Amino acid sequence: MALPRWALPEYFEDVLPVAAQRMERLRRRLLDEFRLHGYQFVIPPSVEYLDALVSGTGHDMDESTYKLVDRISGRTLGLRADLTPQVTRIDAHLLNRKGVTRLCYCGAVVHTMPRNTTSSREPIQIGAELYGHEGIEADVEILRLLSRSLQLAGATTSRIDLGHMGLFRALTAYAGLDSAAEEVLYGILQTKDVPALREFVAGRPQIVADALMPLPGLYGGAEVLVRAMSELPDVPGVRAAIDELLHLVKHLGDLPLSFDLADLRGYHYHTGVVFAAYSGTSPAAVALGGRYNEVGKAFGRARPATGFSMDLRDLLALSGETEPVGGAILAPIPTDAALAAAIDAQRAADEIVLLELPGHQGSWREAGCDRQLVLRDGAWRVVLLEE
Amino acid sequence: MTGITLALSKGRIFEETLPLLAAAGIVPAENPESSRKLIIGTNRPEVNLVIVRATDTPTYVEYGAADIGIAGKDVLLEHGGSGLYQPLDLNIARCRMSVAVRADFDYQAAVQRGARIRVATKYIKTAREHFAAKGMHVDLIKLYGSMELAPLVGLADAIVDLVSTGGTLRANNLLEVEEIMQISSRLVVNQAALKLKRELLQPVIEAFAGAITP
Repeated sequence: MALPRWALPEYFEDVLPVAAQRMERLRRRLLDEFRLHGYQFVIPPSVEYLDALVSGTGHDMDESTYKLVDRISGRTLGLRADLTPQVTRIDAHLLNRKGVTRLCYCGAVVHTMPRNTTSSREPIQIGAELYGHEGIEADVEILRLLSRSLQLAGATTSRIDLGHMGLFRALTAYAGLDSAAEEVLYGILQTKDVPALREFVAGRPQIVADALMPLPGLYGGAEVLVRAMSELPDVPGVRAAIDELLHLVKHLGDLPLSFDLADLRGYHYHTGVVFAAYSGTSPAAVALGGRYNEVGKAFGRARPATGFSMDLRDLLALSGETEPVGGAILAPIPTDAALAAAIDAQRAADEIVLLELPGHQGSWREAGCDRQLVLRDGAWRVVLLEE
Repeated sequence: MTGITLALSKGRIFEETLPLLAAAGIVPAENPESSRKLIIGTNRPEVNLVIVRATDTPTYVEYGAADIGIAGKDVLLEHGGSGLYQPLDLNIARCRMSVAVRADFDYQAAVQRGARIRVATKYIKTAREHFAAKGMHVDLIKLYGSMELAPLVGLADAIVDLVSTGGTLRANNLLEVEEIMQISSRLVVNQAALKLKRELLQPVIEAFAGAITP
């Protein structure tokens, strides 16, 4: 059966008046906050050469990117599925600053398939990225800003779940796994599939089991880090990763932190601390981020980098805030200077004023009005709308 | 954050899960076989059961409509398992996924010849991966039940289905020619729920782990 012409493809949606207004307000609020922390706003294009979009980010990104052919160059273009590589390109290549660069962005991205059960195929991605600082202080700053952003969105931050990609990389190096085995292991750990992990280590040297078997159980509060120190092999990379996480516990003690040392989301490009924020009853993470020091290499300059991003659509669903409906003032079409001045004065006071177009058939109340400008005793006054 | 919901299917999985629930101190208030209720309370006010079709369990858990669930490996492979943790093999509802053909069909010869065969199954994804790994060309026919009939009426050359005793295959003059994998039920956990309701879920998971009979 043919769909009606007004139907949208699956997992795409319009944002309608009241929600769109709330979303825009939230967007401004977040970008203003980022600005106050020194993050400079950039607007990358929605389409660019595919190689640039998917470089350094692995196979998943390639699969979620729509492709088209450029009629000018004949090369393959991609419709961006993530803004982060674009912002990384800007930092690495265009700005080319030596020191710390803080950038923020907001724009729609398109995914070939929805990322998870509740997302749309066109998330409106908003985020902040910090380039050029290797130290854990940058991770602390980003996590603080993430928490502040959720607070501004009116979403309760129930958990910020932390992991560390350096720990996983140190363990696979210690266990002597090649990249093919690492790929298999990645799938197993992402689902905490303990039976499959047991099969994976069987038939391999004992050190592989020693390094990997504790991982699926290492999730929970800060006590996980203490357990990790005794359960995991004592190699420098593991120790360094745990120290970094302990630093976060010390400096972000007021945030609801939790840990999952087997969480490898973004393993194809992340290098250090990674995190996911959960809010309320949302069945998936509402903000994701972490360190990705190598992505810039594809653009000629590997730079220390960390940041986070969120989907404005998700945030909007989480914030309990509702926009008051109505609230506008109905005014006659101005024919004299006094009325025109009265209308300007109302608008200057941040009131919405609608002009009463002639021949209107419907209800002005439905159009959002609850008051009107009327001439009383020689002056234009605002009174309750009578219909 | 108030309570936890466990998704279960009726029949074998429910029956064999009862001892595990008991180990976690959970006793269902009603038996879903006799009750028509789809949400069943337990002796613990913070724990509810939802009764779903076996193939729907991963979907309910993925959407967070249930925090944890018990699903066969067969169902999980078809679903893909995205968004789920699968920490435990509960070793219940055991069977195997196999290829079966009519007794007079020479499967090995067809494999060696590189023949393209028609395979009827409910498990499209598992079958596709299995035959792709063997380098075999197959046309898959999706059926929802009575798989054993397909080779008998010439609808397919082979079937991919669950086998527990082999009784149905024998009764229909079919031969199990290849075991694809052993199947048992897994505990599946919504990823966000494990982070948000860890204090409630972890004791249940640990009790289940301790009660698994090898």
